Amino acid sequence: MSSGESVASTAVTPREAAMERRGERQRRAYARSRGTLVWAPPLVVAVILIGIWYLGALYYDRVQGLAFLVPYPHLVLKEFFGDPYFSPSLWQDLLNSTEVALTGLVFAVVIGVVWATLMSLAKWVERSLYPYAVILQCVPILALVPLIGTLFGYEFPSRVIVATMIAIFPMVSNTLFGLLSADRSQRELFQLQGASRLTTLVKLQFPGAMPSIFLGLRNAAGLSVIGAIVGDQFFQRGTPGLGVLIQVTTSRANGAGTFAAIIIASLLGIAVFLLFGWLARLVVGKWYDF
Amino acid sequence: MSLAAPARKKQQSSTRDDGILLDFRDVAMKFPNGTVALHGVDLTVKRGEFVTVVGPSGCGKSTLLRIASGLEKASEGTTSIDTGRIGYVFQDATLLPWRTVQDNVELLAELNGSRPRERAEKARAAIELVGLGGFEKNLPKQLSGGMRMRASLARSLTLDPELFLFDEPFGALDEITRERLNDELLKLFAEQQFAGLFITHSVSEAVYLSTKVVVMSGRPGTIVDAFDVPFPMPRDPDIRFTAEFGELVGEVSHALREGHH
Repeated sequence: MSSGESVASTAVTPREAAMERRGERQRRAYARSRGTLVWAPPLVVAVILIGIWYLGALYYDRVQGLAFLVPYPHLVLKEFFGDPYFSPSLWQDLLNSTEVALTGLVFAVVIGVVWATLMSLAKWVERSLYPYAVILQCVPILALVPLIGTLFGYEFPSRVIVATMIAIFPMVSNTLFGLLSADRSQRELFQLQGASRLTTLVKLQFPGAMPSIFLGLRNAAGLSVIGAIVGDQFFQRGTPGLGVLIQVTTSRANGAGTFAAIIIASLLGIAVFLLFGWLARLVVGKWYDF
Repeated sequence: MSLAAPARKKQQSSTRDDGILLDFRDVAMKFPNGTVALHGVDLTVKRGEFVTVVGPSGCGKSTLLRIASGLEKASEGTTSIDTGRIGYVFQDATLLPWRTVQDNVELLAELNGSRPRERAEKARAAIELVGLGGFEKNLPKQLSGGMRMRASLARSLTLDPELFLFDEPFGALDEITRERLNDELLKLFAEQQFAGLFITHSVSEAVYLSTKVVVMSGRPGTIVDAFDVPFPMPRDPDIRFTAEFGELVGEVSHALREGHH
């Protein structure tokens, strides 16, 4: 611990703290020039957190005698690869949840973009349909999950419905915002050439909406992972995913398994977030600064 | 050099022999909310003319231009525009940020259904004309404000306009860039033979660019005075410092103040 702290105090300079407060651009330039300094501080924090975890595990093991509540980190690590009974099902469940999340995301993207496009075409469509996007956002989807189960069964389709419903709102709102954000003069430029609605949509509104759509996509992707795990936890039946695994390991007092499943679920969320952030920069990063 | 496009229905050239391209008679503009933006406006723009409208902000001079372009319809009076080849330059450059300079300049021809090779050639010629050669592959965000305006001019030039409408295009630029672009515009005017209708609130810019300066009063906007500018084309940038130029700027400014009451 003490050695960790001294490393931290040399790594996080006041200069870097100031850089942190400035724009993304300078920070990226800074990252290029001082790569290690950018990665070092969060790494040090990770080391400290794992240290605290060990202390906690030690406390629960030696003092409380309840080692399963907070398992040692190395035992959790073993669950990932080294447990012939647990590891394969962990990866299989991850695969199942990923499949549900990504399928839900695809539906959310397609339905969300079509929905927003329809609303962008006419004010009366927007007035008719937007309230339902908001309602969908306000309804506690979790309350609907049991109903979805009884209506559509407890298999893959129901899980996808839950993931889609949770993920769809950011797609609708971000796409609509993006499509409507074209400047008046840009629209008039198209109008003066007699461009059709469709041409304006394809050549002006959609390209202009891409940054906004990608922001929505990144949020929706994170939400679809939550939807996949939550749906799983509620259904308890059908092909299990990480949600079921978390519940099963908890009920069996398999602390290491629970922790491993939670970490894997978090990593899935992070991976999806990074993937779509990277994709956004790849597609529109040339002309738009995220 | 010519950027002439093959004649198309929507791009028909002028047929009148008196050379009048724009003819407004007693034009008024009343908005649905009751605001009267224009009132009793008579205005003509002939081939070979560069007419500048000066007026206080909010006097409806932009509305005048929007009516000329067809973006708005006058609520009273007759408006006759005798050409389909109209260029329109907005207050901001209105470039599409995801398109390169080349692709931005090609846009209007693209929207008119021009073939890729044809519009690429037209765009290249227009880019050369405005002095942006070498920047074809740059994105708008990599250009200065003045360069963006040049790209915007080039984009309209691909239409080979007979009537060129300008809505305070250089208002947001610094003095030096603005004067440079004024010179470029005069050069284009001489080479490309379009008629110009230019909106500005800078009196010296108006006098320097135009063959005729029209003064508008505050809202509801109407034309209170008009001045012929006698200086021959091409104009030396230094005429801005001559006594005659200063005198005319003074007269226009005076008319502007009078109309403001």
